[in-house]
Amino acid sequence: MSSVDVGEAISQTHHEEWARVVASLTRRFGDLDVAEEAAAEAFATAVERWTAQGLPANPGAWLTTTANRKAIDRIRREHKRGDKQKEAQILYQGDPPEPLGAIDDDRLRLIFTCCHPALALESRVALTLRLVGGLTVAEIARAFLVQESTVGQRITRAKAKIKATRIPYRVPCNEDLPARVSGVLAVLFLVFNEGYLATGSDTDPLRHELSAEAIRLTRLIRALMPADGEVAGLLALMLLIEARSGARISASGELIRLGEQDRASWDATLVAEGHRLVRERLAAGVAPGRYQILAAINAVHTSARSVDDTDWSQVLALYDQLVRLDRSPIVALNRAIAVAELDGPEVALPAVDLLEHELAGYHAYHATRADLLRRLGRDREARLAYERAVELAGNTAERAALTRRRDQLR
Amino acid sequence: MQYLVSVITATAGMATDSEMAAIDVFNEHLQAGGHWVFAGGLAEPSNATVIDNRGEAPIFTDGPFVESKEHLAGFWVIEAADLDVAIKLATEGSKACNRKVEVRPFL
Repeated sequence: MSSVDVGEAISQTHHEEWARVVASLTRRFGDLDVAEEAAAEAFATAVERWTAQGLPANPGAWLTTTANRKAIDRIRREHKRGDKQKEAQILYQGDPPEPLGAIDDDRLRLIFTCCHPALALESRVALTLRLVGGLTVAEIARAFLVQESTVGQRITRAKAKIKATRIPYRVPCNEDLPARVSGVLAVLFLVFNEGYLATGSDTDPLRHELSAEAIRLTRLIRALMPADGEVAGLLALMLLIEARSGARISASGELIRLGEQDRASWDATLVAEGHRLVRERLAAGVAPGRYQILAAINAVHTSARSVDDTDWSQVLALYDQLVRLDRSPIVALNRAIAVAELDGPEVALPAVDLLEHELAGYHAYHATRADLLRRLGRDREARLAYERAVELAGNTAERAALTRRRDQLR
Repeated sequence: MQYLVSVITATAGMATDSEMAAIDVFNEHLQAGGHWVFAGGLAEPSNATVIDNRGEAPIFTDGPFVESKEHLAGFWVIEAADLDVAIKLATEGSKACNRKVEVRPFL
């Protein structure tokens, strides 16, 4: 095996095995700190050893064994020092008998612990990316444009709270599962969105590594909970959005809207996989949740050969369904966009204007209004609305596109 | 493990009769499940006296030690296996007393 191949094999093993190693160590030793550090040490040893000697027959088993040994070494060291004697004794008691939740997999326990609702959202994100995704603190910091020390602190504090308040390492019971799954999906969707429409003035408009990581983790949860409709829905939604990422930014760095994208450059494989998942959920015959409806809307868009081919009445019917589940003004705004396509901008504008009170600080509200006003020939008002949208937009490519549209109205 | 469930309120006044009735039901539920340790309601914060005896002579001050819009109206001390159990009980407690609650573990 060449050194390039070994490097690739190591990074692939890292992707496949990291969460499993951290999860099984956490279960055995009852301590996220011990698990994280031992896993990191084991992977560092693997990089050294495998580069020199090649990969072992079963890399996953090798990593688990090595990490277990590192964890025991560390606990012995601390035990000898005596300062954590009590803690080590607790750890040595092994697995306390506990009721099993709906699904039993250590990685799921890890995911639910990292996304526990008692932790702050930003801590959940950092902890999930570190402990489940295996990203380094530096990588997470870079992805969210925050200081490494900030990410480090978030993770340390979250781990301390998990320990002090005794957040259980457990898959929630059936009764709590839907709410807890939706908490996990919210974390993953946040990571995805930050990759898909990155905020910050000095940053790439797309951060592919974040959206790719979110998809990878959602695939993992999908594999662990194949019967959950919302997990399938979120995966489909991400795939159908990700499929279009190659067509979203122009050569000059502007965000290209769905209607103006070159549909031939969409990723057909991702579109097909997304459509398959949406069909699977339709066939299940269960009332869809939020992510499934959003995925279905994206399936309608990605089924159309051109924007004029889009089945807008289907899109609107899906938004009507979504509005019943989710009263958020952002859903109402997106519904109004479908209304504009179906019934014209003069019908959509009053519906958008109704949202001013709630969405005055949201760039997409002003961008949508600007677009409707422009289509109605009310250029002066449209320009003012574009102006406001440019001021509020966080994404560099989006700002560029809005600026150009504003300038076209001069 | 024991957790303190603090009852937080912004409104003056004691629990209403229907709130008291719901709290009684909740307390019985805590006792039946083996979660009950202790609980109590507190008089208005204006009835508090702050004592500082770190110096040569004790200093007494009228009123609560922090002036804030919200104050502690009462508390439960509960026994729970982990935070999920504590949160579940606290969620029921919040409904019963019709106020926000905070869950915090004892050391």
